[in-house]
Amino acid sequence: MTCRLWPALFCLSLFSAPFLAAETLHEERSLYRDITVTQEGNRRCLVFNVHRGDRNQTCMNTADPERLVFEYAKMTFAGLLLNPNPKNILIAGLGGGSLPSTLTKLYPDAKIDVIEIDQAVVNVAERFFDFEETENVKVAVNDARVFVKRAGLLEQRYDFVILDAFTGDYIPEHLLTEEFLEEVRAIMSPDAVLVANTFSTSRFYDHESVTYQKVFGEFFNFKLPSSGNRIIIARDAALPPRGELNAVARSLAPRVEAFGVPLLEYPNRLSTRVDWDMSRRALTDQYSPSNLLRDN
Amino acid sequence: MNAKQARRPNNQGPQAIPSLLVVSAAFVSGFCIMTIEMLGARIMAPYFGGSLSVWGSILTVFMLALACGYLIGGKLSARRPSLFNYAFFFLAAAALSLPIIFLADEIMRPIFLAVEDPRYGSLLASLFLYFLPTTILGMISPYSVRLLVENSDHSGQKAGLLFFVSTLGSAAGTLGTSFYLVLWFEVNEIVFGTAAALALIGMVLMIAGTQRGHANDL
Repeated sequence: MTCRLWPALFCLSLFSAPFLAAETLHEERSLYRDITVTQEGNRRCLVFNVHRGDRNQTCMNTADPERLVFEYAKMTFAGLLLNPNPKNILIAGLGGGSLPSTLTKLYPDAKIDVIEIDQAVVNVAERFFDFEETENVKVAVNDARVFVKRAGLLEQRYDFVILDAFTGDYIPEHLLTEEFLEEVRAIMSPDAVLVANTFSTSRFYDHESVTYQKVFGEFFNFKLPSSGNRIIIARDAALPPRGELNAVARSLAPRVEAFGVPLLEYPNRLSTRVDWDMSRRALTDQYSPSNLLRDN
Repeated sequence: MNAKQARRPNNQGPQAIPSLLVVSAAFVSGFCIMTIEMLGARIMAPYFGGSLSVWGSILTVFMLALACGYLIGGKLSARRPSLFNYAFFFLAAAALSLPIIFLADEIMRPIFLAVEDPRYGSLLASLFLYFLPTTILGMISPYSVRLLVENSDHSGQKAGLLFFVSTLGSAAGTLGTSFYLVLWFEVNEIVFGTAAALALIGMVLMIAGTQRGHANDL
Protein backbone atom coordinates (compact mmCIF):
# COMPACT_ATOMS: atom_id res chain seq x y z
CA MET A 1 0.00 0.00 0.00
CA THR A 2 2.87 2.38 0.68
CA CYS A 3 3.99 1.19 -2.65
CA ARG A 4 1.67 3.52 -4.46
CA LEU A 5 3.51 6.46 -2.97
CA TRP A 6 6.83 5.33 -4.32
CA PRO A 7 8.00 5.60 -7.85
CA ALA A 8 7.04 2.39 -9.61
CA LEU A 9 10.57 1.36 -10.46
CA PHE A 10 11.82 1.60 -6.94
CA CYS A 11 8.83 -0.33 -5.76
CA LEU A 12 9.55 -3.08 -8.22
CA SER A 13 13.17 -3.28 -7.22
CA LEU A 14 12.18 -3.42 -3.56
CA PHE A 15 10.15 -6.55 -4.10
CA SER A 16 12.32 -8.25 -6.60
CA ALA A 17 15.61 -7.41 -4.93
CA PRO A 18 16.15 -10.81 -3.32
CA PHE A 19 15.77 -12.45 -6.73
CA LEU A 20 17.49 -10.00 -9.01
CA ALA A 21 20.38 -8.58 -7.05
CA ALA A 22 23.39 -10.62 -7.98
CA GLU A 23 26.18 -10.49 -5.52
CA THR A 24 29.66 -10.57 -6.98
CA LEU A 25 31.68 -13.26 -5.27
CA HIS A 26 34.81 -12.98 -7.31
CA GLU A 27 36.31 -10.90 -10.10
CA GLU A 28 39.42 -11.70 -12.01
CA ARG A 29 41.06 -10.52 -15.18
CA SER A 30 42.78 -13.37 -16.90
CA LEU A 31 44.92 -13.42 -20.01
CA TYR A 32 41.85 -14.00 -22.12
CA ARG A 33 38.90 -12.40 -20.43
CA ASP A 34 37.33 -10.87 -17.38
CA ILE A 35 35.92 -13.57 -15.16
CA THR A 36 33.15 -12.82 -12.70
CA VAL A 37 31.42 -15.17 -10.31
CA THR A 38 27.99 -14.01 -9.21
CA GLN A 39 25.48 -15.37 -6.78
CA GLU A 40 21.78 -14.57 -6.73
CA GLY A 41 19.80 -16.64 -4.33
CA ASN A 42 20.88 -20.21 -4.89
CA ARG A 43 22.10 -19.53 -8.39
CA ARG A 44 25.83 -19.14 -8.77
CA CYS A 45 27.09 -18.18 -12.20
CA LEU A 46 30.35 -17.86 -14.03
CA VAL A 47 30.25 -14.84 -16.32
CA PHE A 48 32.86 -13.88 -18.90
CA ASN A 49 33.33 -10.25 -19.92
CA VAL A 50 30.39 -8.99 -17.92
CA HIS A 51 30.90 -5.44 -19.14
CA ARG A 52 30.28 -6.45 -22.72
CA GLY A 53 26.99 -7.98 -21.68
CA ASP A 54 28.10 -11.54 -22.20
CA ARG A 55 25.82 -14.29 -21.09
CA ASN A 56 26.59 -16.65 -18.26
CA GLN A 57 29.00 -19.37 -19.16
CA THR A 58 27.69 -21.75 -16.59
CA CYS A 59 25.48 -21.67 -13.54
CA MET A 60 25.14 -23.90 -10.55
CA ASN A 61 22.32 -24.32 -8.09
CA THR A 62 24.15 -24.15 -4.77
CA ALA A 63 21.23 -25.76 -2.95
CA ASP A 64 21.27 -28.69 -5.37
CA PRO A 65 24.67 -28.69 -7.06
CA GLU A 66 24.06 -31.98 -8.86
CA ARG A 67 21.22 -30.58 -10.89
CA LEU A 68 22.29 -28.99 -14.15
CA VAL A 69 20.95 -25.48 -14.59
CA PHE A 70 21.49 -24.74 -18.26
CA GLU A 71 19.50 -26.31 -21.03
CA TYR A 72 22.52 -26.67 -23.29
CA ALA A 73 24.44 -28.55 -20.60
CA LYS A 74 21.59 -31.00 -20.29
CA MET A 75 21.30 -31.26 -24.05
CA THR A 76 24.92 -32.37 -24.23
CA PHE A 77 23.87 -35.63 -22.60
CA ALA A 78 21.88 -36.51 -25.69
CA GLY A 79 25.24 -37.67 -27.03
CA LEU A 80 25.01 -40.59 -24.63
CA LEU A 81 22.13 -41.92 -26.69
CA LEU A 82 24.69 -42.87 -29.31
CA ASN A 83 27.23 -44.20 -26.87
CA PRO A 84 25.75 -44.96 -23.47
CA ASN A 85 28.98 -46.30 -21.98
CA PRO A 86 31.87 -43.95 -22.64
CA LYS A 87 35.21 -44.96 -21.19
CA ASN A 88 37.48 -42.24 -22.51
CA ILE A 89 36.00 -38.79 -22.58
CA LEU A 90 37.51 -35.62 -24.00
CA ILE A 91 36.01 -32.23 -23.20
CA ALA A 92 37.29 -29.05 -24.85
CA GLY A 93 36.33 -26.07 -22.69
CA LEU A 94 35.90 -26.32 -18.94
CA GLY A 95 33.67 -23.41 -17.95
CA GLY A 96 32.42 -24.09 -14.46
CA GLY A 97 33.17 -27.76 -14.91
CA SER A 98 29.57 -28.95 -14.80
CA LEU A 99 30.04 -31.40 -17.68
CA PRO A 100 33.10 -33.26 -16.34
CA SER A 101 31.69 -33.19 -12.79
CA THR A 102 28.43 -34.75 -13.94
CA LEU A 103 30.05 -37.26 -16.27
CA THR A 104 32.42 -38.54 -13.61
CA LYS A 105 29.49 -39.08 -11.26
CA LEU A 106 27.67 -40.97 -13.99
CA TYR A 107 30.70 -42.95 -15.06
CA PRO A 108 33.13 -43.16 -12.13
CA ASP A 109 35.48 -45.44 -14.07
CA ALA A 110 35.68 -43.32 -17.20
CA LYS A 111 38.86 -41.38 -17.88
CA ILE A 112 38.06 -37.75 -18.58
CA ASP A 113 40.48 -35.30 -20.15
CA VAL A 114 39.46 -31.66 -20.05
CA ILE A 115 41.24 -29.05 -22.14
CA GLU A 116 41.00 -25.46 -21.01
CA ILE A 117 43.11 -22.65 -22.43
CA ASP A 118 42.74 -20.38 -19.41
CA GLN A 119 44.31 -21.37 -16.09
CA ALA A 120 42.17 -18.77 -14.33
CA VAL A 121 39.02 -20.61 -15.42
CA VAL A 122 40.38 -23.82 -13.90
CA ASN A 123 41.08 -22.04 -10.62
CA VAL A 124 37.63 -20.48 -10.51
CA ALA A 125 35.90 -23.78 -11.34
CA GLU A 126 37.73 -25.47 -8.47
CA ARG A 127 37.12 -22.69 -5.99
CA PHE A 128 33.51 -21.80 -6.72
CA PHE A 129 31.94 -24.64 -8.69
CA ASP A 130 33.01 -27.80 -6.83
CA PHE A 131 35.09 -28.95 -9.74
CA GLU A 132 38.01 -31.14 -8.82
CA GLU A 133 40.74 -32.97 -10.60
CA THR A 134 40.84 -36.60 -9.59
CA GLU A 135 42.58 -39.79 -10.57
CA ASN A 136 40.22 -40.02 -13.54
CA VAL A 137 39.52 -36.37 -14.28
CA LYS A 138 42.50 -34.45 -15.61
CA VAL A 139 42.73 -30.91 -16.88
CA ALA A 140 45.26 -29.81 -19.48
CA VAL A 141 45.77 -26.06 -19.70
CA ASN A 142 46.31 -25.89 -23.41
CA ASP A 143 44.80 -24.89 -26.70
CA ALA A 144 42.39 -27.58 -27.86
CA ARG A 145 43.88 -27.62 -31.35
CA VAL A 146 47.35 -28.32 -29.98
CA PHE A 147 46.07 -30.96 -27.56
CA VAL A 148 44.05 -32.79 -30.21
CA LYS A 149 46.88 -32.75 -32.73
CA ARG A 150 49.29 -34.17 -30.19
CA ALA A 151 46.77 -36.76 -29.01
CA GLY A 152 46.51 -37.86 -32.63
CA LEU A 153 50.27 -38.30 -32.86
CA LEU A 154 50.27 -40.32 -29.64
CA GLU A 155 47.45 -42.42 -31.11
CA GLN A 156 45.15 -41.73 -28.20
CA ARG A 157 41.50 -42.57 -28.73
CA TYR A 158 38.37 -41.19 -27.14
CA ASP A 159 34.87 -42.58 -27.40
CA PHE A 160 33.04 -39.43 -26.28
CA VAL A 161 34.23 -36.00 -27.38
CA ILE A 162 32.58 -32.76 -26.33
CA LEU A 163 33.48 -29.49 -28.02
CA ASP A 164 32.36 -26.66 -25.78
CA ALA A 165 35.05 -24.07 -26.35
CA PHE A 166 32.96 -21.20 -27.67
CA THR A 167 32.13 -18.31 -25.41
CA GLY A 168 29.18 -16.13 -26.19
CA ASP A 169 31.12 -13.49 -28.03
CA TYR A 170 34.15 -15.01 -29.64
CA ILE A 171 34.75 -18.12 -31.67
CA PRO A 172 38.25 -19.56 -31.69
CA GLU A 173 38.35 -19.83 -35.46
CA HIS A 174 40.94 -22.60 -35.59
CA LEU A 175 38.52 -24.83 -33.65
CA LEU A 176 35.91 -24.69 -36.34
CA THR A 177 37.57 -25.81 -39.52
CA GLU A 178 37.40 -28.90 -41.62
CA GLU A 179 41.02 -29.70 -40.75
CA PHE A 180 40.36 -29.47 -37.02
CA LEU A 181 37.30 -31.68 -37.24
CA GLU A 182 39.38 -34.19 -39.22
CA GLU A 183 41.93 -34.15 -36.42
CA VAL A 184 39.16 -34.73 -33.91
CA ARG A 185 37.76 -37.55 -36.01
CA ALA A 186 41.23 -39.13 -36.04
CA ILE A 187 41.26 -39.45 -32.24
CA MET A 188 37.75 -40.89 -32.09
CA SER A 189 37.40 -44.65 -31.70
CA PRO A 190 35.03 -46.35 -34.16
CA ASP A 191 32.08 -46.24 -31.78
CA ALA A 192 32.80 -42.69 -30.59
CA VAL A 193 30.39 -39.80 -30.65
CA LEU A 194 31.14 -36.11 -31.01
CA VAL A 195 28.96 -33.54 -29.28
CA ALA A 196 29.49 -29.90 -30.16
CA ASN A 197 27.77 -27.08 -28.34
CA THR A 198 27.39 -24.18 -30.70
CA PHE A 199 25.21 -21.39 -32.04
CA SER A 200 21.97 -21.51 -33.89
CA THR A 201 21.92 -18.10 -35.47
CA SER A 202 23.02 -16.17 -38.53
CA ARG A 203 24.84 -17.00 -41.72
CA PHE A 204 27.42 -18.68 -39.61
CA TYR A 205 25.00 -21.52 -38.92
CA ASP A 206 25.08 -22.45 -42.61
CA HIS A 207 28.86 -22.44 -42.85
CA GLU A 208 29.23 -24.47 -39.69
CA SER A 209 26.65 -27.04 -40.74
CA VAL A 210 28.26 -27.46 -44.15
CA THR A 211 31.64 -27.98 -42.47
CA TYR A 212 30.38 -30.67 -40.09
CA GLN A 213 28.55 -32.39 -42.89
CA LYS A 214 31.66 -32.46 -45.02
CA VAL A 215 33.63 -34.24 -42.30
CA PHE A 216 31.04 -36.48 -40.66
CA GLY A 217 28.31 -36.78 -43.25
CA GLU A 218 24.81 -36.78 -41.84
CA PHE A 219 24.63 -35.65 -38.21
CA PHE A 220 21.99 -35.02 -35.59
CA ASN A 221 20.98 -31.43 -35.10
CA PHE A 222 19.54 -30.87 -31.66
CA LYS A 223 17.69 -27.67 -30.91
CA LEU A 224 15.16 -26.81 -28.26
CA PRO A 225 12.89 -23.78 -28.25
CA SER A 226 14.03 -23.03 -24.70
CA SER A 227 17.69 -22.66 -25.68
CA GLY A 228 19.56 -20.42 -28.09
CA ASN A 229 22.18 -23.09 -28.50
CA ARG A 230 22.22 -25.96 -30.84
CA ILE A 231 23.98 -29.22 -30.24
CA ILE A 232 25.59 -31.12 -33.06
CA ILE A 233 25.85 -34.85 -32.49
CA ALA A 234 28.00 -36.67 -35.00
CA ARG A 235 29.84 -39.89 -35.42
CA ASP A 236 31.87 -41.63 -38.04
CA ALA A 237 29.50 -44.54 -38.55
CA ALA A 238 25.98 -44.14 -39.87
CA LEU A 239 23.52 -42.65 -37.38
CA PRO A 240 21.40 -45.12 -35.39
CA PRO A 241 17.66 -45.45 -36.06
CA ARG A 242 15.28 -43.64 -33.75
CA GLY A 243 14.08 -46.91 -32.21
CA GLU A 244 17.55 -47.59 -30.94
CA LEU A 245 17.82 -44.08 -29.47
CA ASN A 246 14.53 -44.54 -27.67
CA ALA A 247 15.65 -47.85 -26.22
CA VAL A 248 18.87 -46.30 -24.91
CA ALA A 249 16.95 -43.32 -23.57
CA ARG A 250 14.62 -45.61 -21.60
CA SER A 251 17.46 -47.52 -19.99
CA LEU A 252 19.60 -44.44 -19.30
CA ALA A 253 16.94 -41.94 -18.25
CA PRO A 254 16.71 -43.02 -14.59
CA ARG A 255 20.45 -42.55 -14.16
CA VAL A 256 20.53 -39.01 -15.51
CA GLU A 257 17.32 -37.87 -13.88
CA ALA A 258 19.13 -36.74 -10.75
CA PHE A 259 21.04 -34.25 -12.89
CA GLY A 260 17.85 -32.80 -14.29
CA VAL A 261 18.33 -34.25 -17.78
CA PRO A 262 14.99 -35.17 -19.41
CA LEU A 263 16.60 -37.76 -21.65
CA LEU A 264 13.32 -39.40 -22.69
CA GLU A 265 12.30 -36.22 -24.48
CA TYR A 266 15.46 -36.05 -26.51
CA PRO A 267 15.30 -38.81 -29.18
CA ASN A 268 12.39 -37.19 -30.98
CA ARG A 269 14.19 -33.86 -31.01
CA LEU A 270 17.25 -35.10 -32.84
CA SER A 271 16.87 -34.04 -36.42
CA THR A 272 18.76 -34.91 -39.57
CA ARG A 273 16.82 -32.41 -41.64
CA VAL A 274 19.02 -30.09 -43.66
CA ASP A 275 17.80 -26.65 -42.61
CA TRP A 276 20.80 -24.73 -43.83
CA ASP A 277 22.01 -23.32 -47.10
CA MET A 278 24.14 -26.12 -48.52
CA SER A 279 25.77 -23.82 -51.05
CA ARG A 280 27.74 -22.09 -48.30
CA ARG A 281 31.43 -22.56 -48.17
CA ALA A 282 32.94 -25.02 -45.69
CA LEU A 283 35.26 -23.42 -43.13
CA THR A 284 38.89 -24.45 -43.49
CA ASP A 285 42.23 -23.39 -42.06
CA GLN A 286 42.52 -21.32 -45.22
CA TYR A 287 39.08 -19.75 -44.92
CA SER A 288 37.70 -19.31 -41.42
CA PRO A 289 36.39 -15.81 -40.81
CA SER A 290 33.93 -17.26 -38.30
CA ASN A 291 33.64 -14.17 -36.16
CA LEU A 292 33.03 -11.97 -39.17
CA LEU A 293 30.44 -14.36 -40.55
CA ARG A 294 28.67 -14.43 -37.24
CA ASP A 295 28.12 -10.70 -37.25
CA ASN A 296 26.77 -10.68 -40.77
CA MET B 1 70.34 26.82 -57.10
CA ASN B 2 72.11 26.79 -53.77
CA ALA B 3 75.43 25.25 -53.02
CA LYS B 4 74.12 22.05 -51.44
CA GLN B 5 71.93 21.16 -54.40
CA ALA B 6 74.70 21.99 -56.79
CA ARG B 7 76.72 19.13 -55.36
CA ARG B 8 74.03 16.67 -56.42
CA PRO B 9 73.39 17.37 -60.08
CA ASN B 10 71.96 13.91 -60.72
CA ASN B 11 68.98 14.60 -58.53
CA GLN B 12 67.82 17.50 -60.64
CA GLY B 13 65.20 17.62 -63.36
CA PRO B 14 64.27 14.49 -65.30
CA GLN B 15 67.13 12.56 -63.68
CA ALA B 16 65.65 12.89 -60.17
CA ILE B 17 64.39 9.79 -58.39
CA PRO B 18 60.62 9.81 -58.97
CA SER B 19 59.51 10.45 -55.42
CA LEU B 20 55.91 9.45 -56.03
CA LEU B 21 57.15 6.00 -56.99
CA VAL B 22 59.26 5.65 -53.86
CA VAL B 23 56.45 6.87 -51.65
CA SER B 24 53.98 4.44 -53.26
CA ALA B 25 56.46 1.61 -52.89
CA ALA B 26 56.87 2.42 -49.20
CA PHE B 27 53.09 2.38 -48.77
CA VAL B 28 52.85 -1.06 -50.37
CA SER B 29 55.66 -2.46 -48.25
CA GLY B 30 53.99 -1.14 -45.09
CA PHE B 31 50.72 -2.72 -46.22
CA CYS B 32 52.35 -6.07 -46.92
CA ILE B 33 54.20 -6.24 -43.61
CA MET B 34 50.97 -5.97 -41.65
CA THR B 35 49.01 -8.22 -43.95
CA ILE B 36 51.50 -11.02 -43.39
CA GLU B 37 51.67 -10.25 -39.68
CA MET B 38 47.88 -10.39 -39.31
CA LEU B 39 47.75 -13.70 -41.16
CA GLY B 40 50.67 -15.02 -39.13
CA ALA B 41 48.46 -16.05 -36.23
CA ARG B 42 45.98 -17.70 -38.55
CA ILE B 43 48.71 -19.65 -40.30
CA MET B 44 50.20 -20.93 -37.06
CA ALA B 45 46.98 -21.65 -35.14
CA PRO B 46 46.58 -25.20 -36.52
CA TYR B 47 49.89 -26.18 -34.92
CA PHE B 48 50.31 -23.85 -31.98
CA GLY B 49 46.81 -22.71 -31.14
CA GLY B 50 45.36 -19.29 -30.66
CA SER B 51 46.75 -18.43 -27.26
CA LEU B 52 48.21 -15.04 -26.43
CA SER B 53 51.74 -16.45 -26.57
CA VAL B 54 51.35 -17.22 -30.27
CA TRP B 55 50.65 -13.55 -30.93
CA GLY B 56 53.61 -12.77 -28.69
CA SER B 57 55.87 -14.92 -30.84
CA ILE B 58 54.72 -13.33 -34.05
CA LEU B 59 55.06 -9.76 -32.83
CA THR B 60 58.48 -10.48 -31.35
CA VAL B 61 59.80 -11.96 -34.57
CA PHE B 62 58.37 -9.11 -36.66
CA MET B 63 59.90 -6.50 -34.38
CA LEU B 64 63.27 -8.23 -34.41
CA ALA B 65 63.19 -8.64 -38.18
CA LEU B 66 62.23 -5.01 -38.75
CA ALA B 67 64.99 -3.89 -36.38
CA CYS B 68 67.56 -5.89 -38.35
CA GLY B 69 66.08 -4.68 -41.62
CA TYR B 70 66.32 -1.03 -40.59
CA LEU B 71 69.95 -1.49 -39.62
CA ILE B 72 70.95 -3.35 -42.78
CA GLY B 73 68.88 -1.13 -45.08
CA GLY B 74 70.43 1.97 -43.53
CA LYS B 75 73.92 0.56 -43.98
CA LEU B 76 73.29 -0.37 -47.60
CA SER B 77 71.83 3.05 -48.38
CA ALA B 78 75.18 4.62 -47.60
CA ARG B 79 76.89 2.75 -50.42
CA ARG B 80 75.88 3.84 -53.94
CA PRO B 81 72.11 3.76 -53.40
CA SER B 82 70.23 2.93 -56.57
CA LEU B 83 66.75 2.13 -57.78
CA PHE B 84 68.08 -1.26 -58.86
CA ASN B 85 69.00 -2.24 -55.31
CA TYR B 86 65.73 -0.83 -54.13
CA ALA B 87 63.81 -2.86 -56.72
CA PHE B 88 65.77 -5.95 -55.72
CA PHE B 89 64.55 -5.64 -52.10
CA PHE B 90 60.94 -5.87 -53.30
CA LEU B 91 61.65 -8.83 -55.54
CA ALA B 92 63.54 -10.59 -52.74
CA ALA B 93 60.76 -9.93 -50.23
CA ALA B 94 58.24 -11.34 -52.70
CA ALA B 95 60.32 -14.46 -53.27
CA LEU B 96 60.95 -14.97 -49.54
CA SER B 97 57.22 -14.71 -48.82
CA LEU B 98 56.51 -17.73 -50.98
CA PRO B 99 57.64 -20.32 -48.38
CA ILE B 100 54.79 -19.02 -46.19
CA ILE B 101 52.47 -20.47 -48.82
CA PHE B 102 54.34 -23.51 -50.04
CA LEU B 103 56.41 -24.67 -47.08
CA ALA B 104 54.32 -23.68 -44.05
CA ASP B 105 53.34 -27.23 -43.14
CA GLU B 106 56.81 -28.59 -43.88
CA ILE B 107 58.28 -25.97 -41.55
CA MET B 108 55.72 -26.19 -38.76
CA ARG B 109 55.24 -29.94 -38.58
CA PRO B 110 58.79 -30.85 -37.47
CA ILE B 111 58.80 -27.96 -35.01
CA PHE B 112 55.49 -29.13 -33.58
CA LEU B 113 56.94 -32.62 -33.20
CA ALA B 114 60.19 -31.47 -31.63
CA VAL B 115 58.98 -28.70 -29.32
CA GLU B 116 56.18 -29.55 -26.93
CA ASP B 117 55.64 -26.08 -25.48
CA PRO B 118 53.56 -24.10 -28.00
CA ARG B 119 55.22 -20.88 -26.85
CA TYR B 120 58.66 -21.89 -28.06
CA GLY B 121 57.23 -23.86 -30.93
CA SER B 122 55.43 -20.80 -32.26
CA LEU B 123 58.48 -18.61 -31.66
CA LEU B 124 60.68 -20.95 -33.66
CA ALA B 125 58.10 -21.35 -36.41
CA SER B 126 57.63 -17.57 -36.71
CA LEU B 127 61.37 -17.20 -36.97
CA PHE B 128 61.57 -19.60 -39.90
CA LEU B 129 58.44 -18.37 -41.63
CA TYR B 130 58.54 -14.61 -41.19
CA PHE B 131 62.01 -13.43 -40.24
CA LEU B 132 63.60 -13.22 -43.69
CA PRO B 133 60.80 -11.57 -45.67
CA THR B 134 60.16 -9.10 -42.85
CA THR B 135 63.84 -8.21 -42.56
CA ILE B 136 63.92 -7.39 -46.26
CA LEU B 137 60.72 -5.35 -45.95
CA GLY B 138 62.33 -3.51 -43.04
CA MET B 139 65.32 -2.62 -45.22
CA ILE B 140 63.01 -0.74 -47.55
CA SER B 141 62.22 2.05 -45.06
CA PRO B 142 65.67 3.60 -44.52
CA TYR B 143 66.55 2.97 -48.14
CA SER B 144 63.45 4.86 -49.27
CA VAL B 145 64.47 7.78 -47.08
CA ARG B 146 67.88 7.85 -48.69
CA LEU B 147 66.39 7.84 -52.19
CA LEU B 148 64.09 10.73 -51.36
CA VAL B 149 66.59 12.87 -49.51
CA GLU B 150 68.36 15.37 -51.68
CA ASN B 151 70.07 17.34 -48.96
CA SER B 152 70.47 17.19 -45.23
CA ASP B 153 68.25 20.23 -44.62
CA HIS B 154 65.09 18.39 -45.38
CA SER B 155 66.17 14.84 -44.49
CA GLY B 156 64.01 14.85 -41.36
CA GLN B 157 61.04 16.05 -43.34
CA LYS B 158 61.48 13.34 -45.96
CA ALA B 159 61.94 10.69 -43.29
CA GLY B 160 58.78 11.93 -41.62
CA LEU B 161 56.84 11.75 -44.88
CA LEU B 162 58.10 8.25 -45.49
CA PHE B 163 57.26 6.93 -42.06
CA PHE B 164 53.87 8.59 -42.41
CA VAL B 165 53.15 6.88 -45.69
CA SER B 166 54.52 3.45 -44.84
CA THR B 167 52.79 3.42 -41.46
CA LEU B 168 49.57 4.49 -43.16
CA GLY B 169 50.12 1.50 -45.45
CA SER B 170 50.53 -0.70 -42.38
CA ALA B 171 47.29 0.59 -40.92
CA ALA B 172 45.50 -0.09 -44.19
CA GLY B 173 47.03 -3.57 -44.37
CA THR B 174 45.96 -4.40 -40.84
CA LEU B 175 42.41 -3.21 -41.25
CA GLY B 176 41.95 -4.46 -44.78
CA THR B 177 43.20 -7.92 -43.93
CA SER B 178 41.37 -8.47 -40.68
CA PHE B 179 38.08 -6.88 -41.73
CA TYR B 180 37.72 -7.83 -45.36
CA LEU B 181 40.42 -9.85 -47.07
CA VAL B 182 39.94 -12.90 -44.82
CA LEU B 183 36.25 -12.77 -45.65
CA TRP B 184 36.86 -12.68 -49.39
CA PHE B 185 39.93 -14.82 -49.91
CA GLU B 186 41.79 -17.81 -48.56
CA VAL B 187 44.87 -17.17 -46.45
CA ASN B 188 47.23 -18.43 -49.15
CA GLU B 189 45.54 -16.31 -51.77
CA ILE B 190 46.11 -13.22 -49.65
CA VAL B 191 49.77 -14.05 -49.05
CA PHE B 192 50.15 -14.69 -52.75
CA GLY B 193 48.53 -11.33 -53.43
CA THR B 194 51.06 -9.54 -51.22
CA ALA B 195 53.94 -11.37 -52.90
CA ALA B 196 52.54 -10.42 -56.30
CA ALA B 197 52.14 -6.76 -55.25
CA LEU B 198 55.73 -6.67 -54.00
CA ALA B 199 57.00 -8.29 -57.18
CA LEU B 200 55.04 -5.85 -59.30
CA ILE B 201 56.46 -2.86 -57.46
CA GLY B 202 59.90 -4.40 -57.81
CA MET B 203 59.50 -4.68 -61.56
CA VAL B 204 58.17 -1.14 -61.93
CA LEU B 205 61.15 0.14 -59.95
CA MET B 206 63.47 -1.94 -62.09
CA ILE B 207 62.04 -0.38 -65.25
CA ALA B 208 62.25 3.12 -63.74
CA GLY B 209 65.86 2.39 -62.83
CA THR B 210 66.64 1.25 -66.38
CA GLN B 211 65.10 4.39 -67.85
CA ARG B 212 67.29 6.48 -65.65
CA GLY B 213 70.12 4.49 -67.16
CA HIS B 214 73.59 4.99 -65.80
CA ALA B 215 72.41 8.09 -63.99
CA ASN B 216 71.03 5.93 -61.20
CA ASP B 217 74.10 6.51 -59.09
CA LEU B 218 73.38 9.31 -56.72
